[in-house]
Amino acid sequence: MVPLSWYVTLSALMFVTGLVGVLIRRNIVVVLLCIEIMLNAVNINFVAFSDYLHLIDGQIFVFFVITVAAAEVAIGLGIIISLFRLKESVNMDDYNLLKL
Amino acid sequence: MMPILLIPLLPLVGFLIVGIFWPYFKGKGHYIALPLVIGSWAIATMEFFKSFTDPPQITFVYDWIRSGHLDIGISLQYDHLAAIMLFMVTTVAMLVHLYTVGYMHGDSGYDRFFSYISLFTFSMIMLVLSDNLVEMFIFWEAVGLCSYLLIVHWYERRPSWLAANKAFIMNRVGDFGFLLGIFLTYTVFGSVRFADIFPAVSAHLHQTVNIASAFNGSVNIPVLDLIALLLFLGAVGKSAQIPLHPWLPDAMEGPTPISALIHAATMVTAGVFMIARMNPLYNAAPMALHVVAWTGALTAIVAATIALTQPDIKKIIAYSTMSQLGYMVMVCGLGGYGAGIFHLLTHGAFKALLFLGAGSVIHSLSGEQDVFRMGGLRKYVGLTFVTMLIGSLALSGIPPFAGYYSKDLILVTAYQQGPFGQMLWLIGVLTAVLTAFYSFRLLFLVFWGKERFHSEGSGHAVHPHESPLTMTIPLVLLSIAAIVAGWAGEHYGVLEYLAQELPLPKGNPAAGSLSEDALKGLSIAVGVFGIFVAWAFYGRASTIPATLAKGFPFFYKISLFKWYFDELYDLVFVRTSFLIGRLFWQELDKGVIDGIVNGVAAFFRNSGLGLRRYQTGQLQNYAMVMAIGVFGLVAFYLVFNRL
Repeated sequence: MVPLSWYVTLSALMFVTGLVGVLIRRNIVVVLLCIEIMLNAVNINFVAFSDYLHLIDGQIFVFFVITVAAAEVAIGLGIIISLFRLKESVNMDDYNLLKL
Repeated sequence: MMPILLIPLLPLVGFLIVGIFWPYFKGKGHYIALPLVIGSWAIATMEFFKSFTDPPQITFVYDWIRSGHLDIGISLQYDHLAAIMLFMVTTVAMLVHLYTVGYMHGDSGYDRFFSYISLFTFSMIMLVLSDNLVEMFIFWEAVGLCSYLLIVHWYERRPSWLAANKAFIMNRVGDFGFLLGIFLTYTVFGSVRFADIFPAVSAHLHQTVNIASAFNGSVNIPVLDLIALLLFLGAVGKSAQIPLHPWLPDAMEGPTPISALIHAATMVTAGVFMIARMNPLYNAAPMALHVVAWTGALTAIVAATIALTQPDIKKIIAYSTMSQLGYMVMVCGLGGYGAGIFHLLTHGAFKALLFLGAGSVIHSLSGEQDVFRMGGLRKYVGLTFVTMLIGSLALSGIPPFAGYYSKDLILVTAYQQGPFGQMLWLIGVLTAVLTAFYSFRLLFLVFWGKERFHSEGSGHAVHPHESPLTMTIPLVLLSIAAIVAGWAGEHYGVLEYLAQELPLPKGNPAAGSLSEDALKGLSIAVGVFGIFVAWAFYGRASTIPATLAKGFPFFYKISLFKWYFDELYDLVFVRTSFLIGRLFWQELDKGVIDGIVNGVAAFFRNSGLGLRRYQTGQLQNYAMVMAIGVFGLVAFYLVFNRL
């Protein structure tokens, strides 16, 4: 029996990995991947606590998250493609449209 | 309508018509203004002759201010003093209007000029007819305004507007005193009407006022003296007495007709008129009377010494005006109000004549004003020469011309006032010598001697020519006035006529060792002596003036540079004002006020510039800040176990 703390630690490590990746990586595709890692870290948390608390709600939530993540990737890749057409680049530093 | 109301009304109508429609007149402004002023003169003359038998009357026109106890109306007080003043004012105004037709012919501001002199005539008539101090003050200011507008007539010329500003500002100093005097009068008497003030004077004889109360001091002076002195400050400004005189000679930058009308015959005499009008008050203020007398005497002698060496024909006459005004103020200060007004009237005639004559000379030489570039003109402008000779004789006090009677009356009045009066009498006699000297210096330099106007110039030859009829007719009429005014005044008893308002001075015929006849003889003698000296200096080829100027450079410079009044005022007031102005401009305005305004703007601008650096537009930076924030919050919760 794997104790709960292992799952939580794994989840935290994945989440931090994803977060750091979002913050420091310049390639927008990698950033999108890192967001997926963060979502999956959350999924692990859900499943682990669902098992620990004997509640099925967490596992149902995971399906929602997977669905949302799929939709997000579809939209995210679409945005990346149109950004690439606009800027001819996948480097985040070139996306400075927020700054006038 | 009351005929007296028409006297001021006609010039006012003239001003309104010519003033409003001046662009349509195109040099025909006198078609309206001149007949109206002549009408005003005719009514004033008729009323003057009626005034010998008719009682004084006050014509109420309308309520102006009525608030609580304050009741100020516009009324016309027509009594003997006003009647004789109006006669002189309208006569001179009419002749000057006529003269202007010739003198200003072709001037671009011709119609404007006419509207302003009509306005001036109206204001001066109203000033003379005032029945209360506030009404008098309003028209006192109005004549000052007209004086300003007319001095600055040629507004493109720098000296014109400088002189006009100077006249206006210097008069403000006096008018401030006048205004304070009115306030104090109202505080003390509860009314500003002459008819209410004069009977109440005796009740306030021993009342004093503490003028240092604002500084916790205690300087008590009689309230009547203070009122009289404050009002006199107004007269000092308006009548160009020392120390507020330097505006008058500078005012000669204006066209000559207004020098004759405003700055010789009428407006500048308003101060003397005011003192005479307020004589019950002044008689109850012995200290103020002393100041008045001394101011007048000093002005008379100082102005006369300046006139000795001036080169500008109009300035010589201007200083002479100042000197004669000094005589009038002096004799008013000795209680001889009637003598002062008599001299005012004769002076109005012969001084207007001298100015108009000077204008005619200037006109004939196409604008030359320096007497050292004239000479020998009597061959060319005979009529002007004769009329100016009459004017100068009248000014010098040679019988039977007008100035003799009035000036002699002043000197006799002064002499009979005891030791104090005799001191001033001595100053008056000295001034009389100087007066005769500078009048004939001017006459000899202009009309005798070599023709100096050929030597220099703009290349073309100068051909002096006699002035047109519109200019010579007023000269002739004023000459007649200058001949007969004095004799008529004495013969018909002007003092007794004026005694209705102006009590005769309580002189003592045996005050000094000289009898009245001896004094008269002395007056004539000093006049003749002055003329003789002038002839010796300037009537023939002589080196005396140059030698004297070299021998006494100190006195020569004092006279030539007008006792350095202008320089003194420049140093004390003008430069100080500029200094304070510069201080406020550079330090206070540019430093403090602009500093605050610009400082606020600069603070927000710099703050924005600093904060802008955090708005990179990089999504990752924003996400980083967000993450740090979340970690911070969580860490805070974990460490302190609360939010």
